[in-house]
Amino acid sequence: MAKVWVYAEMSGGKLQSTALELMAKARELGEVEAIALGAGAKAAAETLGKHGAKVVHVNEDKAFDDFIAEPAADALAALHEKEKPDLLIFAFTPDSRDVAGRVAARLGKGLISNASDVVAKDGGFVAKVPYFGGAKVASMRANSKPAIVLVRPKSFEASEKGGSAEVKDLAVTIGEGSKRAKIVERIAEASEKVKLEDAKVVISGGRGMGGPDNFPLLEALANALGGAVGASRAVVDAGWVPYSMQVGQTGKSVRPGVYIAVGISGAMQHTVGMKASKVIIAINKDAEAPIMKMADLGVVGDALKIVPALTAAVKAKKG
Amino acid sequence: MKIVVTVKQVPDPNSNLTLEADNTLSREKEVVLDPGDECGVEEALQLKEAHGGEVVLVSMGPERAKDAIRKGLSMGADRGILITDPQLAGADALLTARALAAAIKAENADLVICSTESYDGSTGMVPPMLAEMLGLPQLTIAKQVEVDGSNVKVHRQTADGYQVVEASTPALITVTAGIAEPRYASLKGIMAARSKEIKQVGLGELGIERGEPGETIEGLTDAEARKAGAIIEDDGTAVDRIIQVLAQAKVV
Repeated sequence: MAKVWVYAEMSGGKLQSTALELMAKARELGEVEAIALGAGAKAAAETLGKHGAKVVHVNEDKAFDDFIAEPAADALAALHEKEKPDLLIFAFTPDSRDVAGRVAARLGKGLISNASDVVAKDGGFVAKVPYFGGAKVASMRANSKPAIVLVRPKSFEASEKGGSAEVKDLAVTIGEGSKRAKIVERIAEASEKVKLEDAKVVISGGRGMGGPDNFPLLEALANALGGAVGASRAVVDAGWVPYSMQVGQTGKSVRPGVYIAVGISGAMQHTVGMKASKVIIAINKDAEAPIMKMADLGVVGDALKIVPALTAAVKAKKG
Repeated sequence: MKIVVTVKQVPDPNSNLTLEADNTLSREKEVVLDPGDECGVEEALQLKEAHGGEVVLVSMGPERAKDAIRKGLSMGADRGILITDPQLAGADALLTARALAAAIKAENADLVICSTESYDGSTGMVPPMLAEMLGLPQLTIAKQVEVDGSNVKVHRQTADGYQVVEASTPALITVTAGIAEPRYASLKGIMAARSKEIKQVGLGELGIERGEPGETIEGLTDAEARKAGAIIEDDGTAVDRIIQVLAQAKVV
């Protein structure tokens, strides 16, 4: 049976939801061991066991929380030396990307990133990766052992299956040489009322909003609907709104009940992060914009007029 | 202070992509300096203006990737290095990082600046690989960079704000596209760039063999496409239609 490892990302003492998503898939692919590093790792092991991990390797050294990537890469490399897994799965998130890149380089192995699925095939692993503007899906065979794959958040649904994991201490000494990029302060900027990833309704704005001054129109609609506001990479890059609002390949993946894309053309960069939404409504001046071809309802018109009118109508309807 | 900036020539994000026969992305279309890298070059130039030193651009690609380097030189960078070799066609992240690392190592830079991810690949795997191969700490997703002597401090974007991350130089930084508004090249800058050095090196000179690729594309299938629904012109009834859809989805 294949030996499958899941890098269970921890942040602020908490197991990240992506870890449980990965567990749901990993247990289909072989015998799963998870690696949890930093504060809260031991508590996380219990949850990981319920989600199918047979073994959880833990280490609560403070260095994992305080320094970027290098301590975690040291731990994974040390464990790899002893255990030689067949597959190593990471979430395609900023923190896990930092670790995965270093580990792959240290082991001298290739990796497949931005995958939406992993399957076992002919004794190896094949990952599905959005390709060519998202119009195609490439089946990529990993040629290395371990195969290293980074999977987009929300690709799988987490589910408990019961069970408990054997907890093993991951023996590794983090040398001073790996304590270099130090996180000295953490600042929370946005006090999001509803978290973008968890919102039932997401309203996202793009270039077609005209400028940052018009984003409060989207917030008003989001408030009326009990939803959250997202944005395209173009407007985040332009500095209109913070990165925390970016939906897409390099931002957040969302799959709300309703996604309203306002003034967003629908480049692959964006649609990869939202096309799993149940219902998509697009408001755009351009009837030919790619977003129109994937929307359940496409409205060709002036967003700056439609959005406030819609907000008023929602408020009226809700009384 | 010596700063190396990695730069990449990418298909113009505003043009349509096409595929080659071997399923690699066509680079024959309109190509430009990656917009994210322009921001990296700008940040490096601002650091040089504040602290003195040299800005070296390193790129990998076919010979015409010199145009991307030349663009950065016209903004004010001092010189460029282009890694070009027929064996690099279709290089994966690991090979790309190995080639870049070999070229950058010889420079002994204080800072290596990369954009967080390229516009065409958007996978962001080369920078952490590069940091590992160069033996440097990595300060990633920086939206602000401060250098004070041998200390470098960045604001690293997170889902709900940012972290302040510090390290000693030498270090590798990945920057967001929002970090600095790239300057326009002046006519003087464009003229000056013509005589700036772009050194060309191949894999042999870097002492690298291609090796087996880490992954192979086995096949391509069409992505599951969502069916287009109704497209309507807003003639005053659009709001009602949207409300109907919202009601069906039970959110109003």
